[in-house]
Amino acid sequence: MAARRAFAAAVSLSMLFALSPATAQTPPAESIQIGLSTDAISITAGFSGADLTIFGSLENPDPLIARQGRYDVIVVLEGPPRPVVVRRKDRVLGVWINLDSETFENVPVSYSVATTRPLQDIAEPAKYKQLSLGAQNLYMKPADETDSPATIEEFTAALRDRKAATGLYSENVGGVQFLSQNLFRATVRLAPNVPVGTHKARAFLFKSGMFVKESSAQLEIRKSGFEQSVFRVAHDDSFLYGVFAISLAMLTGWLGRLIFRKD
Amino acid sequence: MGIYLPIAEISVNIFVLLAMGAAVGFLSGMFGVGGGFLITPLLIFYNIPPAIAVATGANQVIASSFSGALSHFKRGTLDFKLGGVLLAGGIVGSTAGIFVFALLRRLGQLDLFISLLYVVLLGTVGGLMLFESVNALRASRSGAAPVLKKSGQHNWIHRLPFKMRFRASKLFVSVIPVLGLGAGIGFLSSIMGVGGGFIMVPALIYLLKVPTNVVIGTSLFQIIFTSAYTTLVHATTNQTVDVILAFLLMAGGVAGAQYGAKAGQRLRGEQLRALLAMLVLAVAIRLAADLFVTPPNLYSLSAAGLN
Repeated sequence: MAARRAFAAAVSLSMLFALSPATAQTPPAESIQIGLSTDAISITAGFSGADLTIFGSLENPDPLIARQGRYDVIVVLEGPPRPVVVRRKDRVLGVWINLDSETFENVPVSYSVATTRPLQDIAEPAKYKQLSLGAQNLYMKPADETDSPATIEEFTAALRDRKAATGLYSENVGGVQFLSQNLFRATVRLAPNVPVGTHKARAFLFKSGMFVKESSAQLEIRKSGFEQSVFRVAHDDSFLYGVFAISLAMLTGWLGRLIFRKD
Repeated sequence: MGIYLPIAEISVNIFVLLAMGAAVGFLSGMFGVGGGFLITPLLIFYNIPPAIAVATGANQVIASSFSGALSHFKRGTLDFKLGGVLLAGGIVGSTAGIFVFALLRRLGQLDLFISLLYVVLLGTVGGLMLFESVNALRASRSGAAPVLKKSGQHNWIHRLPFKMRFRASKLFVSVIPVLGLGAGIGFLSSIMGVGGGFIMVPALIYLLKVPTNVVIGTSLFQIIFTSAYTTLVHATTNQTVDVILAFLLMAGGVAGAQYGAKAGQRLRGEQLRALLAMLVLAVAIRLAADLFVTPPNLYSLSAAGLN
């Protein structure tokens, strides 16, 4: 139904354009582009979090609006989606035990946001909900939708809270800066425990509170050579890995005795 | 200096881990225990996920028990036959433990179960040891000769069938309690990431009446294999063994153990046991507090679909 109405609107809009040739002279619409200096980041042994800088540009900005600072940009680096179980502890006979739980499908493992201004100053909350933009507005799909809305609401809030507490969901207000009328720079945080996988960088352009355009790019985060090999061997050749772990332990025990022996 | 652990997937301080290994190694050398019961809780306090702390703890135990068993082998205080029968039971118990471990992890009750087991076992063993050693200390202070049980004394265990002769331990006993003890320790080893020496040693001495001089060597011998088996099974079924983490702990541990053994020689047996008992109790109390005190956060996240 909604689709048909949108179609109808599009038809009437095009008719309007056809009828009034003056509108052909309206400036071309603004759009946004982002670029990453690399399409892959490697996490090394010393990794303790980092700032990722993303450059982007505004195309065809209206100079007047740009001068008044009414263009806003929100950049999001979204980690790979994974299913997550949220558990709540309750007291049973004095002991805190995991009792209730709620499983969510496709929760981004990480979600870093950088904005020009505080989110509430850029656009209406309803807009963010519609775009599923911002950690507070991300739609988390429960695996069991028959649970009561209150329960789902509670666990969704807890999920966001835990993600924020571990630094995986972060917000960097003022992290997007315009370097010129066209060029901007966004700084998003990578938490020390940033997950490996394909991350998606997305930039949203707002003009005077209205959403204009979105652009996205992909970024691969992986463990660097050695860590990646260890991880891969542990999962793919787990038997060999186990044998190696045991041999290493025996060798260390034997060498340790040889070197530090006191008897 | 930070180091990224590939399996635990977090950055940790390399010196904290080395120091942790060295401190536990020192204590384990001093008291003649593997130290797994200290390493695993310490790792959990240091925010290593419990599943990884347990599997890696088992790996770490191999190094310290191998090192210790070597010394006992050279001194001839190791009963291979007794160790072998304990081991046979251990493999069965360990296999059962791995299944329970995977099941609990899926149910989200693994952390609770690990903590409960630690609290109950450490509390019991620590309490008994403290009681016994304080009595011994008091007795020696009042000048009375310590009352030793006669080595020929028998209990119900010695009436069980399927007897077997263990020459090095000068023992003629049914294989049932030996296998059972091995299985119990194996089960604990795979769930708690401990070698089980702190239970094995008193059980061999008090239940089976194995002469004290062969107990530690034999216990260490069987612990090498049980924890090796546990490590292997954890590595293949749960992928939770972090070799980098284990290696840092071992490196600190083997160095600390040799100094600890030296320090241990200067202390008397009862004093040593009283100190160990207090240490064990302290860990138990710390873990118990976590169970009963309202956690700062009631919610926890974990990846769904883990087996």
